[in-house]
Amino acid sequence: MIDPARSVDRVQDLWIEHGRILGAPQQGQVPESAEIMDLTGHWITPGFIDLHTHLREPGQEYKEDIASGLRAAAAGGFTTICTMANTRPVNDNKSITLAMKERAREVGGTRMIPFGAITRGLRGEELADMGELREAGVPAISDDGRCVTDSALMLRALEYASNFDMLVIQHCEDHCLTQGAQMHDGPTAHRLGLRGWPREAEDIIVARDIILAGRTRSRYHVAHISSKGSLPWIKEAKDRGLRVTAEVTPHHLALTDAAVVGYNTFCKVNPPLREEQDRAALVQALQDGTIDCIATDHAPHSSMEKECEFEQASVGINGLETALGTLLALVRNGELSATRLVEALTTSAARCLPDLPAPSLADGAPADLTVIAPDLEWSPTKNTLRSRSHNTPWLDQRLRGVVTRTMVGGNWAHIRPDHD
Amino acid sequence: MSTSPSKDTSSNPQAAVNIPRHLLGMEHLSKEQILHHLDTARTFVEVSRRPVRKVPALKGKTVINLFCEPSTRTRTSFELAGKRLSADVVNISQAASSLTKGESLLDTCKTLEALHPDVVVLRHPASGAADFVASQVRFSVVNAGDGMHEHPTQALLDAFTIRERLGTLKGLKVAICGDILHSRVARSNAWLLRTMGSEVCFAGPRPLLPPHPIWPDVPMYDRLEPALEGADVVMVLRIQRERLKSASLSSLEEYARLFGLGPRQLLFAKPGALIMHPGPINRGVEIDPRVADGPQSVILDQVEAGLATRMATLYLLAGNHES
Repeated sequence: MIDPARSVDRVQDLWIEHGRILGAPQQGQVPESAEIMDLTGHWITPGFIDLHTHLREPGQEYKEDIASGLRAAAAGGFTTICTMANTRPVNDNKSITLAMKERAREVGGTRMIPFGAITRGLRGEELADMGELREAGVPAISDDGRCVTDSALMLRALEYASNFDMLVIQHCEDHCLTQGAQMHDGPTAHRLGLRGWPREAEDIIVARDIILAGRTRSRYHVAHISSKGSLPWIKEAKDRGLRVTAEVTPHHLALTDAAVVGYNTFCKVNPPLREEQDRAALVQALQDGTIDCIATDHAPHSSMEKECEFEQASVGINGLETALGTLLALVRNGELSATRLVEALTTSAARCLPDLPAPSLADGAPADLTVIAPDLEWSPTKNTLRSRSHNTPWLDQRLRGVVTRTMVGGNWAHIRPDHD
Repeated sequence: MSTSPSKDTSSNPQAAVNIPRHLLGMEHLSKEQILHHLDTARTFVEVSRRPVRKVPALKGKTVINLFCEPSTRTRTSFELAGKRLSADVVNISQAASSLTKGESLLDTCKTLEALHPDVVVLRHPASGAADFVASQVRFSVVNAGDGMHEHPTQALLDAFTIRERLGTLKGLKVAICGDILHSRVARSNAWLLRTMGSEVCFAGPRPLLPPHPIWPDVPMYDRLEPALEGADVVMVLRIQRERLKSASLSSLEEYARLFGLGPRQLLFAKPGALIMHPGPINRGVEIDPRVADGPQSVILDQVEAGLATRMATLYLLAGNHES
């Protein structure tokens, strides 16, 4: 059992009743009706939380919908996921939010928290009705996919969001520096003849936003950090006591721009995969806490959006189901500790959001938990992925470590077929 | 064009040179494959100088030129190359194709595949387009220029021209000047020349140079003079007005004055250095007319070499299908 909230990492029995975790019963007090499971050799952790997914419903259900997305989330060990607002129509008002929540309730299993837009229609012109979104249960807003580049608008967004204690999540990209960009601006891009997306386009926005957040004292969160150049700014903001947090994706921790060679559209993602020096710096920053948490940026796309010229291909990696398998490789090669990995998927992620209780396996906590077979080898395939799309660089590759069961509120939301 | 024997070791026709199924870029060709290509091209030079300029080498074979970007000289060169080898040649240009009606490149190529061509020559604005098509179809693909990536037949015809004039590629200093950043010609030439043992350098204004060296052994200069110093060959690239604009450079006039190749700059190169240009040239911009039309210019040799080289390309790839 790994429970970062209580610094627990030990072999232990766990008892669950009525959807809550209980203290171990006295000898002889185990009710006859109890179901006993032997999970020797497995890890039990609090349920994973993903602050960054795209479930495409409403509007692009051919890529993914709430039902398939929540099944994929459960299969990846996630008990709570947050969805970005770039649905069609955009989630910039209460009616969309409530419709999404209603659909997620019908589907059941993994819990879903819809995030709202910062600006109406993600157009970067006027602020969305944040107060209304907050009343509908939206704790965070983001124009993810687009950056709020206008400094005056971003300042207003931080001010107004802090009015409702909402988190502002920025997709950090100075679009002026990334016109036509296809991949990281490095030697590989220039060899392949693809326009580069320079680190500075991210660093500039991170630095500017931290300056603005210093003025407003708002909650500010950097989405999918990719550049080593952004890290010192975040560290400095934390040292100053600002409420600045950051997430990193499994693909930015595991891959570099070398994976794009051969025009592999499954590795086309925004922000782009960068160089080894960035990847290593991101892992280090995650380990030391400069980066708070791991988020998948699960971005499903259909095959027609990936089986095409690289420049035509959509950006994004399908991430919910492969996250753990790719991250465990970092633990095995000694770059990341197992407890920090679990923390970054659970308690640290929860802490970034207002009013999300830290997940825990303590007595009385809701029974949201994930069971992991850390050494089981498996392959994500078109037939076995729960997601409606299969755009992952790990398709048909061998991964080691997999989620075998996911429990949400005391009910199994996922049981791996060979682990019944 | 002279056809004097070359000092490079010619590829041994007896030795089996592995001919790849596609010609996608110079990155993947070995020295032996390049020499085999150039030697094959030499045998075709003479065909175009006959009174009857046709041989039956590719009779019954089909070549489709799929050009999704404006091009006159490369398309004409491939079309004549196919016809002089007696292949059936069909030209599809972007304006006439379904691509403008929203059909994907993949669907277009699958449709062409159903017509059983032997070779499809693809010109496309997206880098990697030829690699992508080659991974999806049964016919051979010749990359006739993909975005900013590669233009392998241009590099081959340039190498052919140099080799015919100077006898070898090994040990030569080749300066490539102009808009390196956006140039597939620069990239393909650098791959080929490095493989063949030439010393390559790039020169141009900094906004038109890659911000990171593509190859550690290819130095980049922000003025022409150090690049030209002792050069055996000077390749001048075409500068496009819209590229200058996107790089926020001031004017064609300033470019011509500071980065154009004129008689004065040429003095830095070796006496008799070859002057090359992939065309079409902007007279008075990247190259002074006195240099373009001067005794050292081999620009028209390049055009003739292009035909022979592309005949070799089609011959090698279409012939390859029989095995």
